[in-house]
Amino acid sequence: MSVSVDREQAFLSSICDIADEVAAPNCDSVDRDARFPVETIDALRDARALSAFIPSDLGGGGVSFETIAAACFELGRRCGASAMVFAMHQIQVVTMVRHLDGSPWFEEYLREVASEQRLIASVTSEIGTGGDMGRSVAAVTPAQGETYTLEKKAPTVSYGAYADDLFITLRRDPGAEPSDQVVVLVRDDQTTLEPTGSWDPLGMRGTCSPGYVVKADFAAEQILGTPFPRVAAESMVPVSHILWSHLWLGIATDAFDRARAFVRAAAKQKPGEPPPTALRLSHLMSELSLLRAEVSSALAEFVTASEEPGRERLSTMASALRFNNLKIAASEQAPRVCQGALGVCGIVGFKNDTPFSVGRHLRDTMSACLMVANERIHQTNASLLLIAKDV
Amino acid sequence: MTDEIRQIISDHGRLPIDVSTLEVDADLYRSGMTSHASVNVMLALEDHFDVEFPDRMLKRSVFESIAAIEGALVELQSETALP
Repeated sequence: MSVSVDREQAFLSSICDIADEVAAPNCDSVDRDARFPVETIDALRDARALSAFIPSDLGGGGVSFETIAAACFELGRRCGASAMVFAMHQIQVVTMVRHLDGSPWFEEYLREVASEQRLIASVTSEIGTGGDMGRSVAAVTPAQGETYTLEKKAPTVSYGAYADDLFITLRRDPGAEPSDQVVVLVRDDQTTLEPTGSWDPLGMRGTCSPGYVVKADFAAEQILGTPFPRVAAESMVPVSHILWSHLWLGIATDAFDRARAFVRAAAKQKPGEPPPTALRLSHLMSELSLLRAEVSSALAEFVTASEEPGRERLSTMASALRFNNLKIAASEQAPRVCQGALGVCGIVGFKNDTPFSVGRHLRDTMSACLMVANERIHQTNASLLLIAKDV
Repeated sequence: MTDEIRQIISDHGRLPIDVSTLEVDADLYRSGMTSHASVNVMLALEDHFDVEFPDRMLKRSVFESIAAIEGALVELQSETALP
């Protein structure tokens, strides 16, 4: 027990060091130049953080999901884009680990992720699906001999140009229905990426997520055995929403910390007179604590449900609603907290070059409601609410 | 009961194929039933058989085939028949 607790604490401590010493000093240039946070990702590789969740017997760090979530939070406090790249990589790793089912190919692949610290991106969105991750146009297509090909038009592939490997949703075969999906892991030497757009967005600029036409050749064993709808319900969707919301909470927490530092500085200038902004800070703390409560309760529920035999509860509509609500709530609350911090700090928060600047925080968290559009999630929830009972 | 289920799927499942030719254990989702259509099937089943699916049953595996739906309905009806 204590060995495992030590391992978790040592990992988190190394993440905090990287966040403070590497992510924070590079954050402004990553944001300004919309460049990949290469220093942070290199440091995470050196700390073997890319394989942290992979079980020890496959060469990974064997840390818990809770600790991965905490790492997303800590990185988010210092650089939202770095945290998002880390989180999205972990979503792919966690999904594979949870649905390995003893596949020799995937076990060997995860060993290579650990030994080479390979970075994995996902290609789930697709032009022509109306933003519905549960449908695909592109299909696993038989080619010569035992090989298969794919061609997928993706409107965004986060850090696609910097990823070693890609995790891609596809229809099972060229005759399959749009919702009959599988997920495929293709390696960089099997893949070509043809950019279809530029990347100059409002926030999360360091994720470098333009569109691509993705083409790849691959073997049958690179298709995950578990059908994607089950993978999505049990792992990819809740894990995405939990890790994203942890890093959004991290960004909002740093915005709050800057607002608090601003109020403290004002209080020190006039001792004995509480600054008027102190009251606004108190209101802001209420908003932040709502966000924190939602994020931590969702994590606890997911971990509990994951430990149940067969993870049956994660397949229910009530569970889908629960983790959809996390995403909607956290993606709306995080920018609200950042905007509140701007209200406390005033013009020094609005300027980009002060210790109290929160413009980047606000811009980064404004991406949250677009990462799987909230209105699409509301549409799904509206349908599920017609039939779900205890929600 | 199988025929009634089949009719409800035909009316509400929006399958791109003829439901009357479906095997009872054919995967409805793989046959093209969307999540949204499956909710309408569930509502129609509740209405027709005068039952309520509890949350533990509201998951993909329970509605993935005619046979699975029939199994769930039989289980619910036997529960309500208990004194």
